[in-house]
Amino acid sequence: MTGKPEIQLTEQNFTRRAGRQLALYAVYSLLALIVLVYLLSLVSGGSGLSGSAIDADSNTITISLREEPPQLDSGRATDAASFVVIAHTMEGLLGYDDNSQLVPGVAERWEIREDGATFWLRDNARWSDGKPVTAHDFVFSWQRVVNPATGSEYSFILYSIRNAEAINNGELPVSYLGVRAVDDYTLEVEFERPTPYFEKLAAFSTYYPLREDFFNSTNGRYGADADMLLYNGPYVVSEWVHNASMRWEKNPFYWNDKKGFLDAINVGYITQDVNAKLNLFKDGQIVDTHLVAPMLPSAMEQRWHIQLFMEGTVFFLEFNHRDGRLTDNHHFRKALQLAQDPAELVYKALKEASYLPAPSLFPEFIQGVNGPFRKEYPPPEHRLNLAEARRHLELARQELGLDEFPPLVLLSGDTPVAMVAAEYYQALYKKNLGLDILIDAQIFKQRLAKMTSGDFDIVLAGWGPDYDDALTFGDLFASWNLNNRGRYNNPRMDELVRIAQSSLDPKTRMDAFGEIQQLIYDDAVIIPMYERGWSYVVDPRLKGFKRRSIGPEVDYNYAYIDVDGE
Amino acid sequence: MWLYILKRLVQGVITVWFIATATFFAMHNVPGDPLLNDRAVTESIRANLEAKYGLDQPLARQYLIYLGNLARGDFGISFTQENREVNDIIRHHFPVSAILGVLAVVFAAVGGVLWGALTSLYRNRLPDYVIMFLVILGISVPSFVIAALSQLALVNLNSLVGHTVLPVAGWGTLSHMLVPALVLGLGTMAYLTRLMRSSMLEVIGSDYVRTAKAKGLPATRIFARHQLRNAILPVITVLGPAIAAITTGGFVVELVFAIPGLGRFFVEAVQQLDYTVIMGTTVFYGAFLVFMVIVVDVLYGIVDPRVRLE
Repeated sequence: MTGKPEIQLTEQNFTRRAGRQLALYAVYSLLALIVLVYLLSLVSGGSGLSGSAIDADSNTITISLREEPPQLDSGRATDAASFVVIAHTMEGLLGYDDNSQLVPGVAERWEIREDGATFWLRDNARWSDGKPVTAHDFVFSWQRVVNPATGSEYSFILYSIRNAEAINNGELPVSYLGVRAVDDYTLEVEFERPTPYFEKLAAFSTYYPLREDFFNSTNGRYGADADMLLYNGPYVVSEWVHNASMRWEKNPFYWNDKKGFLDAINVGYITQDVNAKLNLFKDGQIVDTHLVAPMLPSAMEQRWHIQLFMEGTVFFLEFNHRDGRLTDNHHFRKALQLAQDPAELVYKALKEASYLPAPSLFPEFIQGVNGPFRKEYPPPEHRLNLAEARRHLELARQELGLDEFPPLVLLSGDTPVAMVAAEYYQALYKKNLGLDILIDAQIFKQRLAKMTSGDFDIVLAGWGPDYDDALTFGDLFASWNLNNRGRYNNPRMDELVRIAQSSLDPKTRMDAFGEIQQLIYDDAVIIPMYERGWSYVVDPRLKGFKRRSIGPEVDYNYAYIDVDGE
Repeated sequence: MWLYILKRLVQGVITVWFIATATFFAMHNVPGDPLLNDRAVTESIRANLEAKYGLDQPLARQYLIYLGNLARGDFGISFTQENREVNDIIRHHFPVSAILGVLAVVFAAVGGVLWGALTSLYRNRLPDYVIMFLVILGISVPSFVIAALSQLALVNLNSLVGHTVLPVAGWGTLSHMLVPALVLGLGTMAYLTRLMRSSMLEVIGSDYVRTAKAKGLPATRIFARHQLRNAILPVITVLGPAIAAITTGGFVVELVFAIPGLGRFFVEAVQQLDYTVIMGTTVFYGAFLVFMVIVVDVLYGIVDPRVRLE
C-alpha cells in the first residue's frame, strides 16, 4: 500500500469527488435546458401577446373570453362566447345603446304594423370590404336561417315571419318566407301573426345580415376562421388563433361614430377558470373579471370598486307534469312549494352574494307597460307555511291512494352550485315533509337528454332571456313550447300566451303576463329559486364598459380609455 | 432488431384498432345526446343535424364508416366546434401540449436523476432528508393545487417587482412556458427522484462497484460509468409512459394557465359528448402512447447493450 492518503478512496472523499462530478452534470444539464427551452420557444411561435390590460398609447385593451366560440356564424350561434364576439363585429337592423335602449342599427327607421313591418336601411352602412349593406343581405340571411338544411338552433326566433315555421319544418321552399327587398334599402316583412315586439326580435343576432356572394365563396366554412367572415360592426376579427387568442381591430368602414372608440381589443386569454382570471386582473393583464363569493373579502380589502349586475337568468325547480308522475298532482306540488323559502336557499346554503332569491319566473329587468314589470305586477307573496304544506301533502296522499310516497328523483347538473342546491332541497324536504329525494347529478348533455325524455320528477332548471320582452320568459310553459320540458299543459296558460304573443295593446299583453305569473304560482308549475347576478371589477381607467342581460354578456362597444380615471 | 421493431409496430396497430373500437362502442353507450342544447329544436332540424354527423345510420354502419375514415386518417368534424375538423384541432393544439409535455419531461428526468443521485450520495444526511421531504410533497400534492399556488406566487412576484417578470397565464413566448412546464413535471420529477435514489443505492452496494473501487479507478469514473449509468436504466423504462402521461395529463395545468393545448379538448369533449373529438383525441393519444413505449424499448437496447431486441 504505497498510495498517498489524499488519493486513498475513503467513503468521504469518494462522496466529495462524485458530488463535484454531479454538480458538473447539473451545470451541463442546466445549459442544455436553456438551449432546449430557447429552441422550443422558436418553434412554438404563438401570438406572444404580453401586452397589458390597457395600453393608452395604442388605444388598445386586453380582455379574456370565457370559451372558444364554436364558430362566428351569426345565423347559427347559440353560446355566450359567440354572442360576445358577434356583438362587437356585426350589427343588425336595430341595436341597444349604452342605456340598454333600442336604437337604430343598419335600419334608420322602421314601422311595425299588425300584419308586417318595414325597415328603411341607411345607405352608409358598409361591410368590412367596403360594399354597402343592403336589404338583400337580410333576405338571404333570414332565408338561410329558416332553411332546415342550415340546422340553426335559434331558427324558432324567426317564426313570427310568415311561413318561417313551415319552411323550417321542410313543408315549403325557402322562397316562401315572408320577407323581401323592395329595393336595396327597403326591407318588407310579412307576419305569420301580429308581432308587436318584432323590433326587439330584429335586434337579436340570428337576424343579422349575411352577404350571399361572400357566403358562397367560403365553401361551407363560413364563420370558421377570421378570413371566413365578413363584418359590418364596429370591429373586425383580424386574428383568431383557435382556443388561444383573438384580435379585434376597428372597422374602418363602420358608420356609427358613437360606438367602437378603441383601436383594437385583444382577446389575450380564453379561460373559464375564475381564479386564473382574477390573477390576470391583479397582474394588470385583463381589464375586467367577475368575482365569486370567496374572493369578495380580499377584493374589498384591496378597495376595488366591486359592481353588481343582475344578468336576468332565473333558476327554478321544474316539475315533471307528465301523466303518472307524483308531481303531476296539484296538491303534491303545492306541498313542495309551501314547504320551502328561496331566501333560505340563497342566503344560508348558496351564500353567493350576487344571487337574489327569485319571487317569480320574470326577472327584475323585464319591463311592463311604463316601468319595471314586477313593480306593475307584483309577484305573489310567498311564505313558508308548513301546516298548509302538510295539509296539501295529505290531500295528495288521498288523491293518489298511496300509503307512503316513493322517493322522488331530483335531476341536477354537476356544477358546485347545482350540487349545493340539490342537497339543500334533499335535506329540506326530508325535514319538513318527510319525503325522500334521490339526487341524480348529470353532465350537461345528459341532464338535457333526461329533461327532454321526461326521466325525472323535479329538475334544477334555468332560463335566460333571448330578447327584451316579457314573452321571452312568458311563453315558456305553453303546451307547444319545446323548451317546456316538464310538459306542463294547461289550456288557460296557452290562451294567455296567445294573447301575450299577438295583442297589439301593451296593457292587454302585460295583463296576460301578470296572470301568467299568478298562474305559475297558484298551480305551482315551477318553484323559482334564484336570479343569477355577477359581482365584477373593471380597471378604473376603462370607462363605458357594460354587462348586459340581452345580447352579449360583456360589451366593450361603448368602452374608452381614460387614463386619469384612476 | 428491425424485425423486432416491425413486430412491435404491427402489435401497436392492433392495439390502436382495439382502442378505437372499444372507445367507439363505449362512447355510444354513454347516456346523453350530443345534439341536445339549451334551446330545444324541431324534429326537422334535428333530422338534418343527425344526417350531417351520420347519426341517422345504424350503429354497425356508423362503425364501418368510422373505421374507413380512420384508415384514411380522417376523424370528421367536431360537434361543438362546428366547421372545424378534428384533424385541424389535433394539428393546432397537440404541438402546444407536446412542447409543454417535452419540457416537463425534460425537467422531470433531469431533475429526477440529479436529485436522486444527490440523495443517494448523501444518504441519511441532511440533503437526503430535505429532498426526500420535498419529494413526498411533490408526489402527494395534486397538480391543480401546485398550479394555483404557483400562479398566485407569480402574481405576488410581479406586483413586488412592479412589472411582469413572468406572465401569469397564456401561451406564446418562452416565459409563458417555464412555470407551467415545471408544475406539470413536478410530480413525475418527485417520482423519478425516488426511483433514482433506490436504484442508485442498489448499485452502490453491488459487487462491480466494489471491484471498481478495489481496482483503484478514479472516483468520478466509478460514479459516472458504473453507478449512474446502471442506476439510470429503471428511470428510462418509466420515461416512455411518463412522457405519454404528462402530455395527455396536462389538462389541469392547461386549464389553470389558459394554455391552448389538446388536453382541454380531450376532457371537455367527453363532457360535451362531442363524439368525433372524443374518438379523434383518444385514438391519437392511444397511438402516441403505443409509439412512445416502442421507442423506449428500442432506446433501452441502445443504453444497455446487455438487452437484446429480438
